[in-house]
Amino acid sequence: MSRAALLLALVALPALGEPTPQDVQKVMQHDFHARGQAGMDRVVQDGVQRVCTESHDRPPAELAKALQADQMKTIVYPQGSLLGDWQRGEAIAQSGRGLTWNDKPGDAAGGSCYNCHELSPQELSHGTIGPSLRGFGRSRGASAEVQRYVYGKIYNAKAYNLCSQMPRLGASGTLTPEQIKDLVALLLDPASPVNR
Amino acid sequence: MRLATLAALAACATLAQAQDTAREIQRYRQMIAEGSPAELFELEGETLWKKPQGPKNVSLERCDLGEGAGVLKGAYVHLPRYFKDADRVMDLEARLLHCMTTLQGRSRAEATRRVFGSADRPSEFESLSAYIAAQSRGVKIQPGMSHPKEKASYELGRALYFQRVGAWDFSCASCHGEEGKRIRMQELPVLYKPESARPVIATWPAYRVSTSQFITLQWRMNDCYRQMRTPEPTFASETTVALIHFLTATARGETYRGPGNKR
Repeated sequence: MSRAALLLALVALPALGEPTPQDVQKVMQHDFHARGQAGMDRVVQDGVQRVCTESHDRPPAELAKALQADQMKTIVYPQGSLLGDWQRGEAIAQSGRGLTWNDKPGDAAGGSCYNCHELSPQELSHGTIGPSLRGFGRSRGASAEVQRYVYGKIYNAKAYNLCSQMPRLGASGTLTPEQIKDLVALLLDPASPVNR
Repeated sequence: MRLATLAALAACATLAQAQDTAREIQRYRQMIAEGSPAELFELEGETLWKKPQGPKNVSLERCDLGEGAGVLKGAYVHLPRYFKDADRVMDLEARLLHCMTTLQGRSRAEATRRVFGSADRPSEFESLSAYIAAQSRGVKIQPGMSHPKEKASYELGRALYFQRVGAWDFSCASCHGEEGKRIRMQELPVLYKPESARPVIATWPAYRVSTSQFITLQWRMNDCYRQMRTPEPTFASETTVALIHFLTATARGETYRGPGNKR
């Protein structure tokens, strides 16, 4: 079955009278305007956003599997070790900057990690939308496979869980490969406060 | 054994610290709720409401906010609603803009040059919102829900709430979708549920202590979309009005007690 047919077959149609994601997109294209680095291309949904909207973040398993495999292909792994510098990683995790219409284009973005996750126990001001990552590397170690998983998850969370609320921080161009490596170190380096 | 004890002690200390922080925030909120700077904005809004402006040099005192020309009592809590003269659903700010362009003869461009103000200089819409919302204190929130365009606006608002969009794939529900969640220390109300929407909508617009600004619902929609990494929604557009309509309708039945105070 083609991807389009699969989509049609598996995603429930909204009830009559309720606007579809396509209807909503049309209204947004009329009502929004580009500002700073935030262009109008951003109100156009991609397949992941469309399917997650239509299914209220509960996509049919078969479709989720197919789309996650597509997302996996977007991940570009750098050569060599994926373990950067945890101290730089901590600063990146703290920063909530980047990609908004009043962020200066070209300025370094942050990962907004603490907005949703607990990481270093010293930082009490952490959100709870995502799971706590305190002690993340302690049980998992820092093997090449674990590094690869963490790098991939930060680069494109939708490759692992299609309707995750976590941004695709690498695929969206928010973070550089170097920055993602620093975050991998924050999570996995035994010397990182996350693991001490 | 010793390590485990140490770890347990450390965990207790962290928990105690977190509880202290939460208690402090609660105490601060109580303190600022007692004497609100919002009153200053209400006074400024009253002056603006009565001040002749624009090419026609008239005040807004004949502006019909839905209860009849110049009627302020209970007007705010019945918005958003459908207006026949404009053939669209309007929230307070959209209606004020309508009155500025029709009654006062001002251009849309001039009237919207500065819709969100700063600590030292609030915008016209902020002061006017403070004044007008205050005239609905003690009245039940009941936005328009009967005209077909009101129903359509509500449905659009609901769909917008769940639309995943922007560079970070967020919808409103990404943050305001599950009970008991926080961004940093900020608790996040689940605004599609009446029990969560009621106390929130009952206290908007509001004075925001951290920035010393008076903030409106149009500002709230704008700044949420900014953080969602979308382009900018146009002030008083169908999108922002529909979202405000959906949130207000979800809170209907609650007694209005704003303008409130926010962190």
